[in-house]
Amino acid sequence: MSASHGNDLSAPQAAAGHLTVSQESRAPYPAGVEAQLRADAALVIARYPIARSALLPLLHLVQSIDGYVSGRGIALCADLLDLETAEVSGVATFYTQYKRHPNGEFTVGVCTNTLCAIMGGDLIWESVSQHLGIGHDETTADGKITLERVECNAACDYAPVVMTNWEFFDNQTPESTTRLVDDLRAGRTVRPTRGPSRVCSFKQVSRVLAGFPDGLADEGVGAGPASLEGLAIARARGWRAPGGDGAHASQSPDASAAGERGGLTAGRTSSTDTPTNAPDEAPGEATSDTAKTKEAGL
Amino acid sequence: MSTALTPILTKFWDHPQSWTLPTYEDNEGYQGLRKALGMSQAELVTMTKESGLRGRGGAGFPTGMKWGFLPPPDGGPRYLVVNADESEPGTCKDTPLMMAAPHFLIEGMAITSYAIGCTHAFIYLRGEIVHVYRRLMRAVEEAYAAGYLGKDILGSGFDLDITVHAGAGAYICGEETALLDSLEGRRGQPRLKPPFPAVAGLYARPTVVNNVESIASVPPILLHGSDWFKGMGTEKSTGFGIFSLSGHVTRPGQYEAPLGITLRELLDMAGGMRGGKDLKFWTPGGSSTPLLTHEHLDVPLDFESVGAAGSMLGTRALQLFDTTTCVVRAVERWTDFYKHESCGKCTPCREGTWWLAQILDRLEHGPAGAASEADFDKLLDLCDNILGRSFCALADGATSPITSSLQYFRDEFRDHLSVDGCPFDRDASSYFAETSATKESASA
Repeated sequence: MSASHGNDLSAPQAAAGHLTVSQESRAPYPAGVEAQLRADAALVIARYPIARSALLPLLHLVQSIDGYVSGRGIALCADLLDLETAEVSGVATFYTQYKRHPNGEFTVGVCTNTLCAIMGGDLIWESVSQHLGIGHDETTADGKITLERVECNAACDYAPVVMTNWEFFDNQTPESTTRLVDDLRAGRTVRPTRGPSRVCSFKQVSRVLAGFPDGLADEGVGAGPASLEGLAIARARGWRAPGGDGAHASQSPDASAAGERGGLTAGRTSSTDTPTNAPDEAPGEATSDTAKTKEAGL
Repeated sequence: MSTALTPILTKFWDHPQSWTLPTYEDNEGYQGLRKALGMSQAELVTMTKESGLRGRGGAGFPTGMKWGFLPPPDGGPRYLVVNADESEPGTCKDTPLMMAAPHFLIEGMAITSYAIGCTHAFIYLRGEIVHVYRRLMRAVEEAYAAGYLGKDILGSGFDLDITVHAGAGAYICGEETALLDSLEGRRGQPRLKPPFPAVAGLYARPTVVNNVESIASVPPILLHGSDWFKGMGTEKSTGFGIFSLSGHVTRPGQYEAPLGITLRELLDMAGGMRGGKDLKFWTPGGSSTPLLTHEHLDVPLDFESVGAAGSMLGTRALQLFDTTTCVVRAVERWTDFYKHESCGKCTPCREGTWWLAQILDRLEHGPAGAASEADFDKLLDLCDNILGRSFCALADGATSPITSSLQYFRDEFRDHLSVDGCPFDRDASSYFAETSATKESASA
């Protein structure tokens, strides 16, 4: 991140640019935790022809337990993949999603790449940073929120965008983002614009990123309103791809209305909105058939 | 007569369960795979070559030719790796495609893997879009259960496994060789080419790396034929593509159209510029493609025409900025991005992007007199020493916004010299500038 904006300069970020391996982060895992980690890691490693390919997902897995890339996590990855700890650290420090110090329960990332910045991302960043009293890569004292300036997150048609634990919050304003962080800090359930029925914790999402499904794939919309603009116009004007109009060209009879609604209200806004299982639900604890199927399919 | 949109990959995105296997099967899903398994591998490669399909990830390299570069089978593994690292600023097409209709990609991977003799394929997805990751994992799981993946697919004797891999935040991993290093569990840094991935890619084995939209376009081509595909687009830029409009446009969004459509036509469909203001500058395909202006509204958006206009079609990421926007502010921020994302391997990029950022910083944020006219030439001189002097295209992309903005807007750079900071009003260009009361977040 650039040091030329806002409170980045004034922020005492001792860890910036270096992986802090504090003494306490080297404390060994409790035996049960380590056994589970090793069992999960074996599943991850089995996905690849060569074990080292598992390193990125394994670092996500470490974050799902420790909330950042800890010294003991680095040592475990090195042991599992027959690497030096320096090699693991070298990889961990390359990627921005790997945290170098304990992360908050929620990472709130304001996109301040050019398009979002100009569409209001800079104003959102300044107001939420001031509201929380923290800068980039800093965490609130209650451990709830780590604030970040993020780069383009591939949702430019919904600018300005804020990501919360890597779920989309589209078309944000300073007011909506302030409300978002207040809700998160108060423990209220927060729902992404395009995503599951609620935002999961940083650790829960890290486990998904390690390749362990949490059963929430069928929640939320297929597409947000902006994603459907072109389709709505094509339907309204009767446009179809030449010869590609097979048997199912008009399977959504009422869709042309989406074009007339326009703006942010268009499109389908709900689908399977009932949570399929708890994000913390472990294999064997599954309470729903869907969750059991998912675990089996892993 | 205006060009009509051609919803193909976007055709059923408004279905309430668009991402599921049953929805996909109701929309010709996996019929292409059935057809492919009855054809020879050579026929498939030939058909893809004949369709003229060119890579949808930005570079526009012919997809079928890429497949054809693989050496003859030697009995060892060959890999297909899908580049789903979509991170180029402004680019937002693969992400909604994978969220709304992930099976296009899975079926395309099965067909492509069969065509190139691959039995283990990978999707490298950027890690910052976790719900897309959920959807992809679910789609792969559904495809296994239905017999479209796994052993002896549809009784053909063809086996295929797909691993969906999440990255961890690094723009450079969209570069195909950096992506391969990252997938091998290393820092994502580009490799020297040759050897190209076709010869020595993943694990030094023959590998095809294709963009999401390229692979997703394969099933419709297979089903309807290469002539059908060539019937859309232009002679050398055949077929359809998803155009992503963002910024100061009335209805930003995804518009799937034949290549060769113009921005004027797309803007007309999207309700014109926000509030009737004038278009000032735009990117045809992400921040790494040189800026264009209102003079270029009628340039056909195909590889050749945009190239002739001095830019590149790139990823069809049309970022539109109106007259409230300061071009120096935009360029300074993009430069910060390239500085942040430079992997550090090549000196011209690692050092050069930092130097560029320093000059632009004092122009945009410094007091009056902090920068001088000589800085403009210094910027161009630096760009000259960065462009073409690094392993990969990140460095080249870093120079595009600077050289093109100085070409079209040198006066505006000059206007920054005599004032403290930026002469533009930031509030005026925001999304909530005029209607903050009515456009509240949907996530309230």
